[in-house]
Amino acid sequence: MEMPVPDSAVLARKARVVERLRGVLPADAVIDDPAETRAYECDALTAYRCPPMVAVLPATTEEVSDVLRICHEEGVPVVPRGSGTSLAGGALPTADCVILGVARMNDVLDTDYDNRIIRVQTGRTNLSVTGAVESDGFFYAPDPSSQLACAIAGNIAMNSGGAHCLKYGVTTNNLMGVTLVQMDGTVVEIGGGHLDAGGLDLLGVICGSEGQLGVVTEATLRILHKPEGARPVLMGFDSAEVAGACVADIIKAGVLPVAIEFMDKMLIEVCEDFAKADYPMCEALLIVEVEGSEAEINDQLALITAIAKRHNPVALRESASAEESLRIWAGRKAAFSAIGRVSDYMCLDGTIPVSELPFVLRRIGEMSEKYGLPVGNVFHAGDGNMHPLICYDANKPGDLEICEEFGAEVLKLCVEVGGCLTGEHGVGIEKRDLMTHQYAPADLEAQMAVKDVFDAKWLLNPAKVFPLAVSEPRRSVPLAAE
Amino acid sequence: MKMSTVKTENAVAEAVAAAQGPLVVRAGGTRAVGRPVAGETLDVSGLSGVTLYEPGALTIVAQAGTPLTEIEATLAAENQRLAFEPYDLTGLLGTTGATTIGGILATNASGPRRIQAGAARDFALGVRFVDGAGNIVKNGGRVMKNVTGYDLVKLMCGSWGTLGVLTEVSLKVLPSVEAVTTLVIPGRTPAQAVAAMSAALGSPYEVSGAAWIDGAVWLRLEGFARSVDYRATALQDLLRAHGEVTRDEQADWTRVRDAGPLHRSEAVWRVSVKPGDGPALIATLPEGCDTMMDWGGGLIWVGQSGGDAAATHGTVQGTVAAMGGHATLIKGPDTLRAAVPVFQPESPGVAALSTALRARFDPRGILNPGLMAA
Repeated sequence: MEMPVPDSAVLARKARVVERLRGVLPADAVIDDPAETRAYECDALTAYRCPPMVAVLPATTEEVSDVLRICHEEGVPVVPRGSGTSLAGGALPTADCVILGVARMNDVLDTDYDNRIIRVQTGRTNLSVTGAVESDGFFYAPDPSSQLACAIAGNIAMNSGGAHCLKYGVTTNNLMGVTLVQMDGTVVEIGGGHLDAGGLDLLGVICGSEGQLGVVTEATLRILHKPEGARPVLMGFDSAEVAGACVADIIKAGVLPVAIEFMDKMLIEVCEDFAKADYPMCEALLIVEVEGSEAEINDQLALITAIAKRHNPVALRESASAEESLRIWAGRKAAFSAIGRVSDYMCLDGTIPVSELPFVLRRIGEMSEKYGLPVGNVFHAGDGNMHPLICYDANKPGDLEICEEFGAEVLKLCVEVGGCLTGEHGVGIEKRDLMTHQYAPADLEAQMAVKDVFDAKWLLNPAKVFPLAVSEPRRSVPLAAE
Repeated sequence: MKMSTVKTENAVAEAVAAAQGPLVVRAGGTRAVGRPVAGETLDVSGLSGVTLYEPGALTIVAQAGTPLTEIEATLAAENQRLAFEPYDLTGLLGTTGATTIGGILATNASGPRRIQAGAARDFALGVRFVDGAGNIVKNGGRVMKNVTGYDLVKLMCGSWGTLGVLTEVSLKVLPSVEAVTTLVIPGRTPAQAVAAMSAALGSPYEVSGAAWIDGAVWLRLEGFARSVDYRATALQDLLRAHGEVTRDEQADWTRVRDAGPLHRSEAVWRVSVKPGDGPALIATLPEGCDTMMDWGGGLIWVGQSGGDAAATHGTVQGTVAAMGGHATLIKGPDTLRAAVPVFQPESPGVAALSTALRARFDPRGILNPGLMAA
């Protein structure tokens, strides 16, 4: 994956930039020793690494504003970083950049149950938002698999989803307001405790903009009362086609489960080994979860299992206890780490119309043969958000390139059948050069116009999202810094 | 007034590119809202029809001028619906014509279920539009999860045709429900009403509507019949301290959705604040205003007849500016709409971004110019 050539003029100004940053931040919040900046050389897309010029760890909105103003004046690119769990390289540095980490901003600022909102600093992890309110019966709904580690800042940047978004929506549907610091240091409040925008929906375009429009330091999030109970049911089928047909029938029947997850045989095996959830061994496993009171759960599961039985399942088992439910979900949420124990892998996340699932899974199987790399599938079946995991050997020369070629072919297929390149992980650098398969030049131009408005010098995370050749004229404008 | 009627996306692009002056973009023409715009009317109601509907994938794609009634009939045949419950302004504004799906998204028109299910913008999966230079642009798609590039779909929703002319939209739909019931608590003050609604919305019982109308609290429950019965009983128990709670199987939620009690008011405002701020906003209104609340107190409809509407407008927007939120003059004489900021004035930082975005998407300033902000 190509990255822009570091700007030698910026590198030459390193000492001055560091000195100015030390003027506005505590000494331990400015990291410029190459031995220490290496800690920020990559995110969860570990195939690509590059230590930044400097890393800073501001603790307040004011400090973030000072950092950005200085970098703006000095013409230094800034790469914002949440917890560094991006699978798309969203937080990958360039050698001439300042990494702006939000890890020190993790306070809960206000909890308001009457209005069902919580205000947090965005370095707070996803799961600890729920942690702050669950003793009072509330939770924050979006639940990416990395929720133990990932930061709200990154969730907002990537518009993260999760297993339960079939019912509760993704980040953008649960985000009500932000404090945004623009690249020139300007601080703006957008949204808040009320619903919807009075003017243009800036919040909607900021969410999912991959840290290219500003740095979000505080966020108002919607919280909900927890359901009375929840229970997953496991359904095994002898083919992905049958599992896919079952999913469509469940949805058409008017019952909307809170989650419908799919795993193929390879993932069942590695997840079972990892979580000991007693998953049935089969070609295609669905985890379907419903919520409500005991009676409501029973009613919904009766309807769902009746539909499943029409598709001749090879296994059909309701969770018998809260403890078993936890194991079932622990296995699913650990899928990436479980496969990571047995192989290097690249995780894709194209989304397709649900009706195309059997066809696309079959094509992925054929591509696996062609490229000679094994692939496992685990994904959110209810909304068509796939997660093919392509296994490769990072120590084998050329294997990564074959894997990337394979991945690109899968993502192009997703677009061809009416879907998209990424459903919840973001474009980052990983899918940057495929954007032209989904979008025509005018479509990309409209998106880049938004970045022009928020960050005219293209200093915020500039080498992401848009193909380098497409963004090049904007990134190469001579900077004013002397 | 000149008027051009177009039937295809390419014709929209040609008409916009060839425009010599301001265009008034319209389809059904049911929403005479905003600062009045003088210009040639661009009628896009000819772009009509459902182009794709996949019930098993919960998605529908339609041309922007498709009447809402046609979308709803198509969905009803498969026992599905638009969950955000779009409102209809014809009764309030005295307009005729057919509400279109493009108009609904362009104005982010969401009804009582917004508080549980989300707004129009939350169900919009993809758009095609023509920008102010005549370029055809697409964003998003027809799948339920999509973070490929920036979300211009949200930006287009609620932009009132000032960033682009919508030509096609794709939407997420949801199953219809088997049963509906409404719990009613009569005779509540605004503060008592918000307390009861907050208790209900903070419960696990999935309240899909929480309104204060004609002095009564209405709480809606929907779903499978047994589940609705169970939750209605549980919620009645929970709310016992808030007054006498009865069940009403006939409650007409379109009155809440379309601000039914205010149809005769000469001036009407639609105000969004934090639910807990609803009663304080109502307390600042002059004598003689009629009010109702939706969204648990977070949406306040204010109606006034015969008073000083310009003064009330200033009071409402001033109060909202201090508490956080926004107030829009939805109905009022043209003279009033021309004289006051119809939409809530934005903070300088936000206004600068909005103005710059409009200048990029509509460089000649010809798409509904001034409708949202002068």
